[in-house]
Amino acid sequence: MNHFIDLTLSGLSSGAVYAALALSLVIIYQATRVVNFAQPALALISVYIAYTVSQATGSYWLGFGAALVTGLVLGAATERLLIRPVHGRSPLNAIIITLGLLLVLQGLAGMVWSNEPHSFSYPLDYRGRFSASDWFALGSVAAAALLLFALYRFTPLGLRMRAAAFHPEAARLSGVRVGLMLTTGWAIASLIGALAGMLAAPPFIFPNVLDAVFVYAIAAAVVGGLENPFGALVGGVLIGLCLSYVSGYAGPELTTLAALAILVLVLSVRPGGLFSRPTARKV
Amino acid sequence: MVSLRNHESTARDTRPRRGRAAGLAERWRALPALVRFPLAALAAFAAVVALTSVTGPAEDLRIGSVGYYMLAIAGLQLLIGYSGQVSLGHGAFMFIGAYTMALLVLHQPAFPLWLNMLITVAVSCAAGVLVGAATARLHGPYLAGATLALAVGLPALTVRFPELLGGSNGLAFSVRGAPPALAGVVTGSQWQAAAVWLTALLGLVVLATVNAGRLGRRMRALRDDESAAALAGIPVGRTKVVAFLISAGSGGLAGACQAYLLGTATPSSFTVALSLSLLAALVLGGLGSMWGAFWGAVALVYVELWGQELAHSLSLGTNVANNLPIVFFGVLLILVILIWPQGLHGMFSRLAGLVRRGR
Repeated sequence: MNHFIDLTLSGLSSGAVYAALALSLVIIYQATRVVNFAQPALALISVYIAYTVSQATGSYWLGFGAALVTGLVLGAATERLLIRPVHGRSPLNAIIITLGLLLVLQGLAGMVWSNEPHSFSYPLDYRGRFSASDWFALGSVAAAALLLFALYRFTPLGLRMRAAAFHPEAARLSGVRVGLMLTTGWAIASLIGALAGMLAAPPFIFPNVLDAVFVYAIAAAVVGGLENPFGALVGGVLIGLCLSYVSGYAGPELTTLAALAILVLVLSVRPGGLFSRPTARKV
Repeated sequence: MVSLRNHESTARDTRPRRGRAAGLAERWRALPALVRFPLAALAAFAAVVALTSVTGPAEDLRIGSVGYYMLAIAGLQLLIGYSGQVSLGHGAFMFIGAYTMALLVLHQPAFPLWLNMLITVAVSCAAGVLVGAATARLHGPYLAGATLALAVGLPALTVRFPELLGGSNGLAFSVRGAPPALAGVVTGSQWQAAAVWLTALLGLVVLATVNAGRLGRRMRALRDDESAAALAGIPVGRTKVVAFLISAGSGGLAGACQAYLLGTATPSSFTVALSLSLLAALVLGGLGSMWGAFWGAVALVYVELWGQELAHSLSLGTNVANNLPIVFFGVLLILVILIWPQGLHGMFSRLAGLVRRGR
């Protein structure tokens, strides 16, 4: 029983990280109908910037701030420079562009910071059953989700962003700068991705550190339904718990395949994810 | 379809005749697919044998690598370019093929190579049916996510079963070279390159024939509009699963060729980066044409080599040199999509068109 509680607690804190990364995927998918496969690379660069800043200044929190800012800027730049030109073309184009960006950024990270792992510190004390770092992960993701909800629900900016995602033509006619809203969406999403990267990377950072986390985050986003931010959060925690149990009872090598199994299982029952509403597809 | 074909031929007849070369090309295109593709494969095989007879062992291995990459990319072409399903997990099928080959050589040393290849194809096709059936209802980003999980998760099995699959060091074995009768005529590496190319070309003939036939038409209809294809009576789910099966079979066969050529199967060679590089090579070569697979495979093998040579001659650090090919592929992927979506094959056929018109 003790073992079970331990696994549940660790599943909750890793689930929070998956939820954050899944949330960043869903925000972008909602706005531009693109799954951003470059998200782990954007987060990776942010974490490496944090590493460099922390090394230079000796302060973890300065690095943390730098990572969030880097995420914001990278997200906006990606949308503006790479995604905007293929907007409205076949979705395969956008997928391939983000995959290309993933390769480029991972390669660049290896060039600048080398493929060898560097040690990367936890935000707070990481020892114990449910450590301060675990609390921080859970708390910061919950705070990010709440802020995001408040932004979408209660601010004029959020209203414009929803309008731009929901009906671009009508939004443009009523004076919303749709392009700017899309860029903002990517920037916010990428900021949340950077937060997830900061939480997921310790104790070591190397170019492929976020690959597995990203697979779990995609699984979480898809399980929750790609169009539903709330679904992404629930999916993230669900995947975190399931994988924690699989890893604890069956062996850590099986976690990725377990994620695949959960994905296939959920999608074969509900092809659009748990929280999707049925939609009519146009012929 | 019959009426369409008639229409094509009348259109061709009204065009003015342009010399004997054009007439030969016309007659070549008029041959049935079952004659044309094996003939082309035979010519390609002869060219490869001629090429390896003048190159050294290291170059032979590289030529062999082009062969199996070409087969893998052609399988991906069928899946992505023709049936429109985006798979990021093609490396997983190469993994299955390579390990099947390695296990067969280690545990059944009496089996001949062709039997091993056939068994590998059967095993990877079975895996393809499993994955395809599980993911047949998914499309677009959902399918890409699921196959990505497969590519990341499957190689971890080697660590789970270290006695059977050799853990993270993988399996090493030695393959038989040329038969004794040919011992003085061809070197071991020439024999290996020829065997890989023969396998790859046979695979390509099957892929090209499938693509030229009814199944290929169904897949393209599916890619262009799934709902319309379903209304026209095409069994959507079954066609998708068959496309997955064929693509998995060629991926597995390519993996088997790789294992045969290198004499090892290690989990570290089947990373997500491999799956993404295959996709990059496909897009670079050109979506929607089997020639694209050839150009993509050449790029995949030689860009890495040139990258290393370039980094060496510029005396760049090892960090830069190791990551140069992946950055290069990423940049190419983005540039091709932004500037030239037809890929290398599109570029070459456009150039050929210009030359023909200029004459």
